[in-house]
Amino acid sequence: MREFLKPHRVFLILLAAAIVTWCAWSLQWDWLAKPKYQAMIVQGLWQTIWVLVVTMVVGMMLAIPIGFAQAAGPAWLAWPARVFCSIIRGTPLLLQIWMLYYGIGSLFPSIPWIRESALWPILRQAWPYAVVALSLSVAGYEGEVMRSAFKGVPHGQLEAAKSMGMPAFTMFRRIWLPQAIQRVLPTIGGETVLQLKSTPLISTITIMDIYDVAGRVRRDTLIVYEPLLLLAVAYMLITACIVLLFRWFESRVPNRTA
Amino acid sequence: MKKLVLAAVAALSLGSAAMADPIKVGVDVAAYPPFTSMDADGTWKGWEVDFLHAICKQAQLDCVITPTAWDGIIPALTAGQIDMIMSSMSITEERMKAIDFSDKYYNTPTSMMITKGSGLKPTDESLKGKIVGVQVSTIQEAYVQKHFPDAQMKSYQTSDESYQDLAAGRIDAVVADGLVVSDFLKTATGACCENAGNVEDDPAVLGQGVGFGLRKGDPLKEKLNAAIKAVRADGTYDAITKKYFPFDIYGK
Repeated sequence: MREFLKPHRVFLILLAAAIVTWCAWSLQWDWLAKPKYQAMIVQGLWQTIWVLVVTMVVGMMLAIPIGFAQAAGPAWLAWPARVFCSIIRGTPLLLQIWMLYYGIGSLFPSIPWIRESALWPILRQAWPYAVVALSLSVAGYEGEVMRSAFKGVPHGQLEAAKSMGMPAFTMFRRIWLPQAIQRVLPTIGGETVLQLKSTPLISTITIMDIYDVAGRVRRDTLIVYEPLLLLAVAYMLITACIVLLFRWFESRVPNRTA
Repeated sequence: MKKLVLAAVAALSLGSAAMADPIKVGVDVAAYPPFTSMDADGTWKGWEVDFLHAICKQAQLDCVITPTAWDGIIPALTAGQIDMIMSSMSITEERMKAIDFSDKYYNTPTSMMITKGSGLKPTDESLKGKIVGVQVSTIQEAYVQKHFPDAQMKSYQTSDESYQDLAAGRIDAVVADGLVVSDFLKTATGACCENAGNVEDDPAVLGQGVGFGLRKGDPLKEKLNAAIKAVRADGTYDAITKKYFPFDIYGK
């Protein structure tokens, strides 16, 4: 305890406490007590978190083959993967979301068999477009990251495995992939935090995430700063969870680099 | 003492200089025809723009249209970035807590627009489980929340986006200003849709008509009210209205 309480830390803790107390006392927080806004905040947080988790998982599952195709695949696989990454990384995410939702999404209803299919009630909603756009974005950026990770695995190990007669897929599963993942874990943690900060864009296609909730509270109550402060705290807490989660992952992965 | 007098004189002259400054009139950047929209050459046109020119001429004010995003238009007014709001803003209790309003200068019914042949009616029963689009922070949004609780509401940043989604079949209905709805139905995209009629009136939510939004206690209010009266009395109001509508939009 004494170790921890160094003068500069005590000062910073007091400063933080003072800022929090000032915010709590002199700003207007009564809207937080309204059940209507509480429900909206919970719903918004949930929306942001599930979109983040689903798009990161789906995106990474796409990124592994895309990265592998670029690192070791034949030219007819490597080129499309490279083109895909260039397009995704070269255009704004907002544009991609709008192209999907207002572009392709508004073409669907004019095709009768889609409109009459069982999928239509889902396709007319906004979240499928958000999930697809954000997942493709993750796939594009992480595909590039995975490419370099696969390339970084020492070639000697692969050649040794080959000479021992290990089948190609076993080689991928036991040597190539684990080492690549281990290399990129810290990067993926950082990218997840960035992805969190991309999620507010989905509020532009009528999805009520936590960012949209803050906007609604501001427009309803005409309180300018307080909902923004709450928003900042919410994103900081989610970021802290992501960072801790990835630290735990990293500590679980045995360090095997030579 | 002398210094004090000097300061007072300076303050007075500053004050009168500020009076001569142009009045910045905040208008929603997104087009809202036939009330406010921008020409291809960048000039504002529409009923409300013509009306503003008439009012400013009458009250001898130098008015400058300042495009402002709708969702931040009230904070922009209270923060002093604009001096008044002229953007078909309905006078409501909720807004009056934050800003003042002039007298109303038009009042129109709220209508519901549906895709052709869907047969939906503007009632909660008919809209059960259906998706209804509205523009955020409008009286129509408040109305749908209060009167159609069984419908699923979708809020759009601009009214155009909600029309687009209605035309695309992604939503079942749009609740919006009646005049704007009939204007949209005349366009090519509007061919998809029809007017399902006006919603039942609720003055507590739908307000008492449209007025200029002003900062609390701004003396501009009396000037504008007098100008609205004068323009109504001398026939200018009717002359402008005839250019856009086949009937009087002032309401009761």
